[in-house]
Amino acid sequence: MTDVVQIRDLSVTFATDAGAVRAVDGVTLDVHAGEVLAVVGESGSGKSVTASSILGLLPETASVGGAVVVTGRDGHEVDVATLKGDALRELRGETAAMVFQEPSTSLNPVYTVGWQIAEGLRAHRRMSKKAARAEAIDVMRRVGIPDPETRVDHYPHQFSGGQKQRVVIAQALALNPGVIVADEPTTALDVTVQAEILDLLRRCRDEFGAAIVLITHNMGVVADLADRVAVMYQGKVVEQAGVRDLFAEPREAYTRQLLGSVPRIGVGLARAAERAERRPPEWDTAAPVVEANDLRIVYPGRLRQPDFVAVDGVSFAIRPGEVLGLVGESGSGKTTIGRAMAGLTPVSGGSLSVLGVEMLGAKERIIRPIRSRVGFVFQDPATSFNPLLTIAQCIAEPLVVHRRFGSPAAARGRVDELLEAVQLPRAYGDRFPHELSGGQRQRASLARALALEPELLIADEPTSALDVSVQARVLDLFDELHRELGFAALFISHDLAVVDMLADRIAVLHRGKLVEEGTGAEVLGNPQDAYTQRLLASLPVPDPEEQAQRREEWEAMRG
Amino acid sequence: MATDAQARGSLWRRLPVISQVRSSVGLQRGMLVAGLILTGIFVLTAIFAPLLAPYGFSQLRGDDGVAFGALQEPSAAHLLGTTTGGYDVLSRLIWGARTALYVIIVAVLASIVVGVALGLLAGYFGGWLDRILVVVADALYSFPSLLLAIVVAIVVSGGQSSMWGGILAAALSITVIFIPQYLRVTRAEVVRIKSEPFVESARVIGSSHVRIMTRHVLRNSTRTLPLIITLNASEAILTLAALGFLGFGIEPTAAAEWGYDLNRAVSDVTSGIWWTALFPGLAIVLSVMGLTLVGESLNDLADPRLRRRAAGSEPAEDLLAPEGDPGAGDGDTDLAEASATPTTKEGTV
Repeated sequence: MTDVVQIRDLSVTFATDAGAVRAVDGVTLDVHAGEVLAVVGESGSGKSVTASSILGLLPETASVGGAVVVTGRDGHEVDVATLKGDALRELRGETAAMVFQEPSTSLNPVYTVGWQIAEGLRAHRRMSKKAARAEAIDVMRRVGIPDPETRVDHYPHQFSGGQKQRVVIAQALALNPGVIVADEPTTALDVTVQAEILDLLRRCRDEFGAAIVLITHNMGVVADLADRVAVMYQGKVVEQAGVRDLFAEPREAYTRQLLGSVPRIGVGLARAAERAERRPPEWDTAAPVVEANDLRIVYPGRLRQPDFVAVDGVSFAIRPGEVLGLVGESGSGKTTIGRAMAGLTPVSGGSLSVLGVEMLGAKERIIRPIRSRVGFVFQDPATSFNPLLTIAQCIAEPLVVHRRFGSPAAARGRVDELLEAVQLPRAYGDRFPHELSGGQRQRASLARALALEPELLIADEPTSALDVSVQARVLDLFDELHRELGFAALFISHDLAVVDMLADRIAVLHRGKLVEEGTGAEVLGNPQDAYTQRLLASLPVPDPEEQAQRREEWEAMRG
Repeated sequence: MATDAQARGSLWRRLPVISQVRSSVGLQRGMLVAGLILTGIFVLTAIFAPLLAPYGFSQLRGDDGVAFGALQEPSAAHLLGTTTGGYDVLSRLIWGARTALYVIIVAVLASIVVGVALGLLAGYFGGWLDRILVVVADALYSFPSLLLAIVVAIVVSGGQSSMWGGILAAALSITVIFIPQYLRVTRAEVVRIKSEPFVESARVIGSSHVRIMTRHVLRNSTRTLPLIITLNASEAILTLAALGFLGFGIEPTAAAEWGYDLNRAVSDVTSGIWWTALFPGLAIVLSVMGLTLVGESLNDLADPRLRRRAAGSEPAEDLLAPEGDPGAGDGDTDLAEASATPTTKEGTV
């Protein structure tokens, strides 16, 4: 088998304000023709930098050592690390192409998609506009965009996210390159769309014969698509193996730890059963902490656009000490419900009662008294802290606002207790938010939310911005704190497996409507609604054997 | 932890201007340093004017009681010559720096206090208050700034021109022009900051509006102000000089003022007397250039996309060196993120 890409002892160093940083350190990798090589690793492991070097896409501040030899379909070999200007431009698109993470930003909004595909063709081959257009239509048809003759003249905003990613892939395939670098091609997409894009990438390999370098942090995607896997950690390749070997018997401790922290559906059942046992007998009849009845939340349309109904007739209840997992894809209204419960988004209809206060039409003055009894954990730990205050001051903020302490300094004793509860060293209180890693910040965020010992905690995708191993630790911490403090919680996530780990009951949202609600065993074990079934079937599991079987089921369901 | 000291650096290195000089390279550093030197000379001259100036700004006779005489060529007694009115050019140059500095301080302070407060209110509360303030600010923009300054100068000093009367008139007229700038910049930042999750988190905690505004929003939305201050300071000098040149400035007996001196020197130039116009003009150009260079350099350096960095070399110490086993230890193994300096996001002005 020939190698289309040979990376030899690649090292990349970036010049930053903090000095030179070595992002990739002595990486040696081969990509065989017609295979999918997955490069996996956590953020900062150098996987994206390694892959960008194949197309020579590194920024000016990077200095590159070693060699990246790319072989074209005609057998011509070039070392990308030394290429410049025209030679580099010739390589891009023709020999190697790229698919980016975010389809909505990698297409130019002011040109039609057909023009954008044709632009790549005309940059490399002398061809008429008409011929380029015909080629663009052809390649769009081959990536599965229906009615390409009409769609070729449409603008990017007229396509859905998944279709946009298809167009980006069509753009990459247009010149029939030997290797396609796909940088997290499905991370920005919903699970059900992700399954289709993965299917398309598989066809790129099988029908177009392109080798794919797949960069991802999602082990389910790896199990679904990859032939070979390279695990990167701190700029080095720690392990390379065939996908089945790697999942069956990982050799390195880091790989084992990485695989171990991937949440899998089914592990939560035992935990939920254990929690149910510990509840007092009269728990069923206790007054719910939160009760939603036919809840409706509407965002008014602007400039004569129709109103957007984000949440449409949703009813649910959370009883004291219970964790309700709210699952749905982007735009399903799950975050809106969480924000409405915290009084950040006004309720438009129905009723939503939180700790006995009716949120429909409630003024800030009425909501304020219950604020001390509700905690909120935000999705992105990087932006949910005031960057100018230390962690201790941030955590002390609720204590000071509700007059438990006179000043942040006076609250320091309680803050230290809280830091200890979330397993952060006391000294971290004196640091600023940017000096903590994502996982540490999210733990500090938990500490802040729990400072007033709330009866209700709203967690809005608290782990979606974190790496898997960090996510596992934060989820464990959440479970532990819940056991100790016994708060009721709404846990919002797009990841079924994450919700399964923590929630007593799971509610599935689809386009603002509640399609299914029940215990984890009911919803995940025996889903009744067609949408839940589809959601479950599209979720790739981190096990190649099982995933191959699930994929067949999924294809059967679709076809 | 070793990264602790690295991330914070010593206090000296984190001081505003020092840290920027350290992080700059090449031409950008040259521009910044040149600007700092020019500005430094200007400020020092202003502060130590009584010690530096050989004579007073309104002095017409030497200690011996003999008049200087008008339009004397540069000599040992008068290094830069004398003016039509018989003043010493060098002395008026040095005292003029002091007047300019006073005007800058008063104008910038007044416009910052008013502009930032209004911008904070407009941005935070939005609604009709925001709309009215923005419309008024836009209306002020549409006036020629010099015309506005002249009107305010007449209103404030009413034709009188004592030293402080003149300074206040000039400063307040400049303030009126600057307030909309501070208002708009602060408002834009506040609107951006307001939607940040940490402000929402303060709302969820139950903080009052006043507390959110002062503790969370205000301090985070003032990052662009130092840049505008330096740029406005140079504009203040120009406006003051223009007012003086047009005769709305300060009487020569009350204080020295470069624009007035230039005005008096207009007729001299045609008759081959170069020293009366050249030196006040140079003083204006150099001080404005110094402040502008500092402002522009700070602007470029604050934006990571415009900032040039020294080309990547071998790392001095391996920041990515593993700290213990993967996954072990007290924290998450996300060192690269924890130790990297945060990149600042500046809103576009």
